[in-house]
Amino acid sequence: MSNAVEVHSVSKSFGAVKALDDISFEVRAGELFGLVGPDGAGKTTLFRILTTLLVADSGSASVLGLDPVKDLWAIRSRVGYMPGSFALYPDLSVSENLEFFAAVFGTTIEKGYELIEPIYKQLEPFRARRAEALSGGMKQKLALSCALVHRPELLLLDEPTTGVDAVSRREFWDQLGRLKSSGLTIVVSTPYMDEALRCDRVALIHGGRILEVDLPQSIGARYSLPLIAVKGSNRFALLQTLREFPSARSVYLFGDELHYSDKRVNADAGEIAAEVKTFLAQHGHADAETAPITAGIEDSFMELMGSAPAPKAEAA
Amino acid sequence: MTLAANSASNGIAIDAQDLTRRFGSFVAVDHITFDVKAGEVFGFLGANGAGKTTAIKMLVGLLAPSEGTAHVAGADIRTQRDEIKRSIGYMSQRFSLYADLTVRENIRLYGGIYGLTPDQIAERTKRMLDNLGLSGSVDDLVGDLPLGWKQKLAFSVALVHEPKIVFLDEPTSGVDPITRRQFWELIYAAAARGTTVFVTTHYMDEAEYCDRISIMVDGKIVELGTPAELKEKYRTETVDDVFVRLARGATKGEAA
Repeated sequence: MSNAVEVHSVSKSFGAVKALDDISFEVRAGELFGLVGPDGAGKTTLFRILTTLLVADSGSASVLGLDPVKDLWAIRSRVGYMPGSFALYPDLSVSENLEFFAAVFGTTIEKGYELIEPIYKQLEPFRARRAEALSGGMKQKLALSCALVHRPELLLLDEPTTGVDAVSRREFWDQLGRLKSSGLTIVVSTPYMDEALRCDRVALIHGGRILEVDLPQSIGARYSLPLIAVKGSNRFALLQTLREFPSARSVYLFGDELHYSDKRVNADAGEIAAEVKTFLAQHGHADAETAPITAGIEDSFMELMGSAPAPKAEAA
Repeated sequence: MTLAANSASNGIAIDAQDLTRRFGSFVAVDHITFDVKAGEVFGFLGANGAGKTTAIKMLVGLLAPSEGTAHVAGADIRTQRDEIKRSIGYMSQRFSLYADLTVRENIRLYGGIYGLTPDQIAERTKRMLDNLGLSGSVDDLVGDLPLGWKQKLAFSVALVHEPKIVFLDEPTSGVDPITRRQFWELIYAAAARGTTVFVTTHYMDEAEYCDRISIMVDGKIVELGTPAELKEKYRTETVDDVFVRLARGATKGEAA
């Protein structure tokens, strides 16, 4: 079996809101696969379909070669799922939560310990503490341990790093890298574009639709417009001036720069950069620097978002 | 001249001196001293558990300091809490609007709380919705709006009484990359009108958008400066790298 997950033309609506609109993609066995998109994109609905908690209106899916509707019990015992909201028992202790999840799956902590050891070791000093009294980072580690205790073949993580600081996010991704090298297939959703780069492949998802599926590096590389980085003081004024440039297509804040794209698709980026610099100098931004750059995944995401028809969910 | 009058006339929006808060033996905020200039966009960064929320609660008058003090818009956080509430706006992490009230009702509620007249409320409702392009949704329930619109509306409502300072606690969490940038343009526009913006975020690219940032570790402010100064000092390309280097040594957060 080469694909751990296959999704074919899956759609799901809630009343007038189309949460998933004809979604198709596949996740290969052993892959660390990212579903990257903002809140409301449809990520949670998709996870709930794959974990047998929700039935699609149309289309089909297969999880570890099984059908989420017919084979739900088999899937549940072979998949680990960490939902986006904290779903452990707040008034059970750390070790009681873990024992509970092990018991539900007919196993013991000892049998699954090898897999969870690097994560659970950090929790052991707090093993008697009630789950509700843990810090955010520790709750996340306990939830991950509980999702792994029955040694699943596929791990599904719904926004594990939302609201988590930059340091803990890096550490969490380091853990995922370790789990992947143990042979586990992992599907993880995130609203953070920078985390896409830690995945083998990603699907960009917005408004219930997949915008793109590829290697994270390739998605940036496919950006076809001339893209210029602009640096200068008084960034808000700079941004407003830049939008006045006649062939400006989009101007976005981007870290300590602005990213400018041009309507003239086939023009030379170096020449555009020079023109933009001249224009800015003539309009009170003598210190502005411009340089052609290669697009990243976030540039691509915004371009795909902007050019896609308005998602129906947003119009509801 | 009193310190309060002094700081107000110096163009200083927030002035904290040795601000400290203990919970039992735990020192959540440990003698932090900093100032925020009027009209500045100030990024207040720190890992989860570093003490940011406790510090913000003291600055907005919701929690008394154990030691030290601060002046916010010229008012003393220990003795002039009502004055502070009138001169600040606040938008919390996830939500500050009522999902089961309409857009118009939310604005009327907050305008009323801040003592605006019906005429002022009507005028500001119109101006706000024109600016946001939300005029067609004035009678929609806020709960039915897409997340990005809610966040932009919540920000505008936090400014409805034209506060001197607005506190934003992770305002863009989970929002798509285009809306996040639109949100920051609203922040810049407010700052350009003279509003001081005090903002927390976990998106390190957003830290780069601030005029100055502070980084809190284990209750202390360990670094403060412009993003360019900090990157220069630590010889890194991004604020993310500066943050990770400083916050990695934290010890208190996880034990809390």
